[in-house]
Amino acid sequence: MTLTAEDHQAAAAAIRATRARRARRSAIIKHFFLASCTLIMIYPLIWLFMSSLKPDNQIFGDLSLWPSAFQWNNYPEGWNGLYISFGTFFKNSAFVTILAVIGNVVSCSFAAYAFARLEFKGRTILFALMMMTLMIPYHVVLIPQYLLFLQAGWVNTYLPLIVPKFLAADAFFVFLMIQFFRQLPRDLDEAAMIDGCSPFKIYWAIIIPLSLPALATAAIFTFIYTWEDFLGPLIYLTDIHDYTVPLALRSFLAQDSVSQYGQMFAISVLSILPIILFFVFFQKFIIRGIAMSGLK
Amino acid sequence: MASVSLNNVVKSYGKVEVIHGVDLEVVDGEFLVLVGPSGCGKSTLLRMIAGLEEITDGTISIGDRIVNDVPASQRNLSMVFQSYALYPHMSVRKNLAFGLTNLKMPKPEIKRRVTEAAKVLQIEELLERKPRQLSGGQKQRVAIGRAIVREPQLFLFDEPLSNLDAELRVQMRVELADMYHRLGTTMIYVTHDQVEAMTMATRIVVLRDGIIEQVGTPFELYNFPQNKFVATFIGSPKMNMFEATVDGIGAVLPDFGTLALHVDDTWATKISVGIRPEQFALNGSGETSSTGTITLVEYLGSEVYLYVKLPSGHVVLARDNGKATHKAGDSITLSITASQAHYYGENGLRMPLFDEANS
Repeated sequence: MTLTAEDHQAAAAAIRATRARRARRSAIIKHFFLASCTLIMIYPLIWLFMSSLKPDNQIFGDLSLWPSAFQWNNYPEGWNGLYISFGTFFKNSAFVTILAVIGNVVSCSFAAYAFARLEFKGRTILFALMMMTLMIPYHVVLIPQYLLFLQAGWVNTYLPLIVPKFLAADAFFVFLMIQFFRQLPRDLDEAAMIDGCSPFKIYWAIIIPLSLPALATAAIFTFIYTWEDFLGPLIYLTDIHDYTVPLALRSFLAQDSVSQYGQMFAISVLSILPIILFFVFFQKFIIRGIAMSGLK
Repeated sequence: MASVSLNNVVKSYGKVEVIHGVDLEVVDGEFLVLVGPSGCGKSTLLRMIAGLEEITDGTISIGDRIVNDVPASQRNLSMVFQSYALYPHMSVRKNLAFGLTNLKMPKPEIKRRVTEAAKVLQIEELLERKPRQLSGGQKQRVAIGRAIVREPQLFLFDEPLSNLDAELRVQMRVELADMYHRLGTTMIYVTHDQVEAMTMATRIVVLRDGIIEQVGTPFELYNFPQNKFVATFIGSPKMNMFEATVDGIGAVLPDFGTLALHVDDTWATKISVGIRPEQFALNGSGETSSTGTITLVEYLGSEVYLYVKLPSGHVVLARDNGKATHKAGDSITLSITASQAHYYGENGLRMPLFDEANS
C-alpha cells in the first residue's frame, strides 16, 4: 500500500503539533528555573532597598520585607546625616573613579599593545614577570606599598589610589587586552604601515577602535572595583573631607551610639546607582564591538 | 613607475635560512609574477620588497634607491593583501582615503583621487558602507582601490584572488590585467595559481625552497623549462616524465622503445624525457609508440584528459579534443616525436636538443 498525499499531510501536522507542545513545555520549565535563579540573585538588593525605607527598629526586628511605614526621609536625612553632605563623598568617589578608569584604560592598552605587537628585548621575561604579579595576593604587598607611599609623602592624598592606575599596574587588564589585540589580524597593522602609520598611529587609529569590547570591559570592571573599594581609601585617606562613599557609609555604624541603619541603607542604594548607570552605558560597546568583527 | 633590483637577498628566521641569496631585476613597467609551491618563499620575498620583513643580507633597491632601511610607508608602493586587510571600523571612503590622509595630502586632492578610483572600480555606491557589508569581490575591489589611490611607483599583490570563487577570480583577473595596461605601473604579483601567472605576467619567476629556479616569459617557461622542477611545475595538468637510458643511437624509454637522438660523449647514461599531455600523438603518427589502457577519462568540454596505464604499469596523462569518445577500459596507442619532447640530464638541467628548431 502506498501513502497518499493526505497521509503525508496528516503525519506532518501531527509531528508539528507534538513539537509545538514539547517546545511550550520546555519553555515554561526554563522560564521558571531562570526566574527563580534571578530572584535568588536579586533578593539582597530588594532587601536593601526595602530596608532603606523601614524605620530603624523594623530592619532587624521584623522578617517582613514590606516596611510597616515608608520612611522616605531616610534618604534626605542620610544624605546630610554626617556633618559633611554626601555630595562631597560622591564627588570624591567620582574623582578617584573616573581618573582610575582613564588611567587603567590608557596605560593597560599601551602596555598590551607593546606586548602584543612590538618587538623588543626582554619581552618574554617582562611578560612572565607581569603575569607573576597576578599571583601575588593584594594583602602581601599592602604593607610594603603603604610604606612606599608613606615615604613618598602621598598618604592622605588620592595619589596612591590613582597614580598606579596610570602605570598599568592592573596586570589582569593588560593580559585581557593582550589576548584581544593578538586576535586582530596582523595584516591590518601591515596595511596601515604601508599606508604611512607609525606604531603609535596604528595603536590609535586601528587597534583601539577595534578593541572597544576589551576597553569597555576594563572600564566597567575598573569602575566597579574603584567605586566600591573600601580597603584602599581606608588605608590611605585619613581626613573625612577626602572620604569616598564606601568609607563614609561606614561612619553610619557608630560604635558608641545608635547606628543609623535606615539612613545607611538609603545611601547604599544611592551609591549603587552610578555603577548601574555606568554599566548600562558601557556594555553596549561590548556588544557593538563584537558585532564589528567580520573581516573576511 | 620604478624598476626593482634584488641583489643577493637573504632572509633567515633565527638560524633557519628561507631565502638563499636571490638576484632579480624587475624591469620598469613590467608585470612580474612570483610563483612556486607553498613555503617556497615567494610571499617572504614580496614582504621584503614591501618593507614588512627585514632583509637579513643583500640589498633591495627600488628605482635608484637602496631601501633596506627605508620604512614601508616611504617606499612609495602599495600592497594588496590576500585577506584584503580593509579596516573594519572605517567606511569604504575612509579606507580609500586613510593612506592619503596620513600623507597629509590636501582634502580636495584626496576627494578627487577617491572619487576617481571608485569610478574606475565601480564601487561608487559602496563608498559609505563598512567592509562587513561587502561581498568578497567588492572587498577585493576596495583593496585594489586603496592601492591605486596612492598612485605609487610599484604595486605589490600577495595572492589577491585566492579568497574569491572561481568565476569572480576569472573576472578580477581580467580587470587586474586591464588595470595594468591602463596604469603601466610596475607590478609584482605573488600567486600559487599558475593560470593567474601564465595569463597575467610579462615575466614569471619560479621559486622553490628560497631559490629562483627560472625567470622567463610564460612562453619560455612552458616551452623551454630549464630544469625538471619547472618542467613539472608549470603546466596543468603536469608534464609526464620518463626515466630513459641512453644508448648509442638515442634514449630508450620504458614502454615506448628508442627515440632516435644525436647522442654524444658528454651525455650521461640516464636522462629524463618529458612529454606534455598534448604532445602525445593519438593517431600513431609519432616516431615511437606504446599501447595502453585508459583507466580514467576527465571530460572538460573543449578537451578531454585520459589517464593511460602503459604495459609497465606507468600511468601517463594524454589530451584529446572534447569530441573524442574515449571510455575507461578502451585501449589506446600513444606515440612520441623526438623533437616534441623535453630532455633533462642527470643533474636535472635541460638539454637544449631541439630548442633552436622549436623557438
